[in-house]
Amino acid sequence: MAAFDEMHGGQGPDACRAAYGKLKRWLDTTPRDVFDARRSQAELFFRRIGITFAVYGDAETTERLIPFDIIPRVITKPEWEKVETGLKQRVKALNLFLADLYGPQTALKAGIVPPELILKNEHYRLEMQGIAVPHGIYCHIAGIDLVRVDEDTFYVLEDNARTPSGVSYMLENREVMMRLFPELFAQHRVAPVENYPDALLATLRSVAPNSGKKDPTVALLTPGQFNSAYYEHSFLADQLGVELVEASDLFVREDRVYMRTTEGPKRLDVLYRRIDDDFLDPLAFRPDSVLGVPGLFSAYQAGNITLANAVGTGIADDKAVYTYMPEIIRFFLDEEPILKNVPTWRCREEEALRYVLDHLHELVVKEVNGSGGYGMLVGPHATKDQIETFRRKLKHDPAGFIAQPTLALSTCPTFVASGVAPRHVDLRPFVLSGADEIRVVPGGLTRVALKDGSLVVNSSQGGGTKDTWVLDG
Amino acid sequence: MLSRTANSLFWLFRYTERADFIARILDATVRLAALPTSYGERNEWESALEAAGSAEIFRQHYGAVTEDTVRDFLAFSPHNPSSIRNCLERARTNARAVRTALTLEMWETINGAWLELKRHRNAADMSREDFARFLEWVKSVSLDFDGSAYRTMLRNDAYYFTRLGVSIERADNTARILDVKYHVLLPPTERVGGSLDYFQWTTILREVQAHTAYHWVYRESVKPWLVADLLILNKQMPRSLACCYESLVRHLDLMSDLYGRRGPAQRHASDCAARLSSMRIEEVFGRGLHEWVTEFIIDNNKLGSAIAEQYLT
Repeated sequence: MAAFDEMHGGQGPDACRAAYGKLKRWLDTTPRDVFDARRSQAELFFRRIGITFAVYGDAETTERLIPFDIIPRVITKPEWEKVETGLKQRVKALNLFLADLYGPQTALKAGIVPPELILKNEHYRLEMQGIAVPHGIYCHIAGIDLVRVDEDTFYVLEDNARTPSGVSYMLENREVMMRLFPELFAQHRVAPVENYPDALLATLRSVAPNSGKKDPTVALLTPGQFNSAYYEHSFLADQLGVELVEASDLFVREDRVYMRTTEGPKRLDVLYRRIDDDFLDPLAFRPDSVLGVPGLFSAYQAGNITLANAVGTGIADDKAVYTYMPEIIRFFLDEEPILKNVPTWRCREEEALRYVLDHLHELVVKEVNGSGGYGMLVGPHATKDQIETFRRKLKHDPAGFIAQPTLALSTCPTFVASGVAPRHVDLRPFVLSGADEIRVVPGGLTRVALKDGSLVVNSSQGGGTKDTWVLDG
Repeated sequence: MLSRTANSLFWLFRYTERADFIARILDATVRLAALPTSYGERNEWESALEAAGSAEIFRQHYGAVTEDTVRDFLAFSPHNPSSIRNCLERARTNARAVRTALTLEMWETINGAWLELKRHRNAADMSREDFARFLEWVKSVSLDFDGSAYRTMLRNDAYYFTRLGVSIERADNTARILDVKYHVLLPPTERVGGSLDYFQWTTILREVQAHTAYHWVYRESVKPWLVADLLILNKQMPRSLACCYESLVRHLDLMSDLYGRRGPAQRHASDCAARLSSMRIEEVFGRGLHEWVTEFIIDNNKLGSAIAEQYLT
């Protein structure tokens, strides 16, 4: 199964798709030591600004850099426009679905999604049932993971509807590329991504509770500096010009949320929280949470604060619910999905399970609740033992798994030890849903599997990132 | 702004200021220790420990007071809360906690310093030359950091808190130097000391980069009471207690203008500044330099507590 190469187009190493024309000439004519030098400059830049992440369970280094590849990935404007329309459609449906789920549940009653799949799901929040969230929007910030398989097709791999991360890499990657390769930017008309923070702030302000307040106060809630994504939290707060708060900076009085400031308490209207539901409020959820703010959920129920994303969006990025997204889009929008799902076998269905068990060696099997590339079987690369272990897991708890064909993720030219070589990539665009409109900045975060042949792009497992260029005209 | 942010900014600047101070003490001590022994029996490393205010902790972790042990203790020891390493690490921890309140230049300076610091583990495998280079580097970090703050920060409350941190720390440090050397800073009626004293006074001036300033201001050879005058009462001298308090008053006033409220911190600082500006150096010596400085340090700490209570918690 040959992967689609975004530069060569699968026509052999000398062929070149039009979008990559100038880039290929640059790759062909630039001496290798220039790449080496630029790569160390990029690394130095990232290290100096402190763009690091922590790998849990890695005692050696508490702060690590995500490898950055200096060769950009190129997407043409027409390609992007189709993706963008598809993303907006999908996220719109996702929000309607969530509002329905925590409201009248018409989709469950119509049998679009099996009720037991939702109501017994650990991500379904009974506490949210019947609560009207401000402006009816649940998933304000979504990261939709896409993979490309050929000239025309992007599949949705998964929807990240809770607290998707990675957008700071999208922004910093562009920043470092512009510093290192001004010449390339002069030759290509690359659509800017720098307006993401503005779009995010506009989105957050648009969803403030309807209190008639003209200038709502927004803050970003972080678990603190030992969280793996702390850099991103601080970076975004800075770019947004809002306070980066920890739980200890907040308190709730009479169902209103305040920050402790040098000028006394300051009322808060919108909280962009980067803490999971479970930890938000020890009074409402996990009582042992020290990251949370006592009384926050009660203030939320009273409609005095907007949480972005809303509590309970996890149900929408559940991998089992994912498989119903095409039906959800048709049901709520009466439209055909523009972006397709990866063909998926729901192991909860008997026939699908039988097929999956017979084809384990060629399928990717995922835990419904897994994330970050953990708890996953990649059939073609697995040992016999690993396959047998998964076979037992599957028989034991079929509903806990889905299976997908091993996708030929597209490849892009990447600078590795052996020189410039194709490596598999995916794409995570960020979709912002406000009360006024849905915003998407062109491109997103391209993640690349740096190991030859590897399909795992997660940064926790050796993946890197690239700048993503949407060519404007 | 968040009280926690203000608190971190305040301490971030105290720690970088302190790192600079410790580096200057070490630098001056190396210089003094290099004097021929015919200038008198002494242990300069002992006095370095006292100037840094950490002789007690030293004794818990080291044996003899020697160049090697003091260098290691003041520059690198994890046990010494004011070692250069600890100062820069805490500065960086505070900086990281308030990353959003810093400009990119400031963050790059302090984070870059923290990364560079990892290359210097301890003093044992450092030659004198390496160590001198290391001290130069520490001083340049503080200069770069303070300079980037001065050049890039918005002049808002965040900036005022950084100035409060610098000034209160600097006042404390200057007072400590004066206190350690008080026995050589004799009033004019006393006998002027021998050549060892002369070197010690000169060294005090060098420590705080005030040697040239002294000559500009007084246009005479180094006299102990004038050194004290320069470091306590002269408002033109950026390290002097009077100058530090002028800055404390100014930035606390700006803060009260911004917030529309004055409090105990403003009152405390302006009282102290008023005392400093109406005082003559003879009064300090009349009271006894050591006694006066001891009271000043206590009073300066009280201002720190007042600021903390009013803004930082």
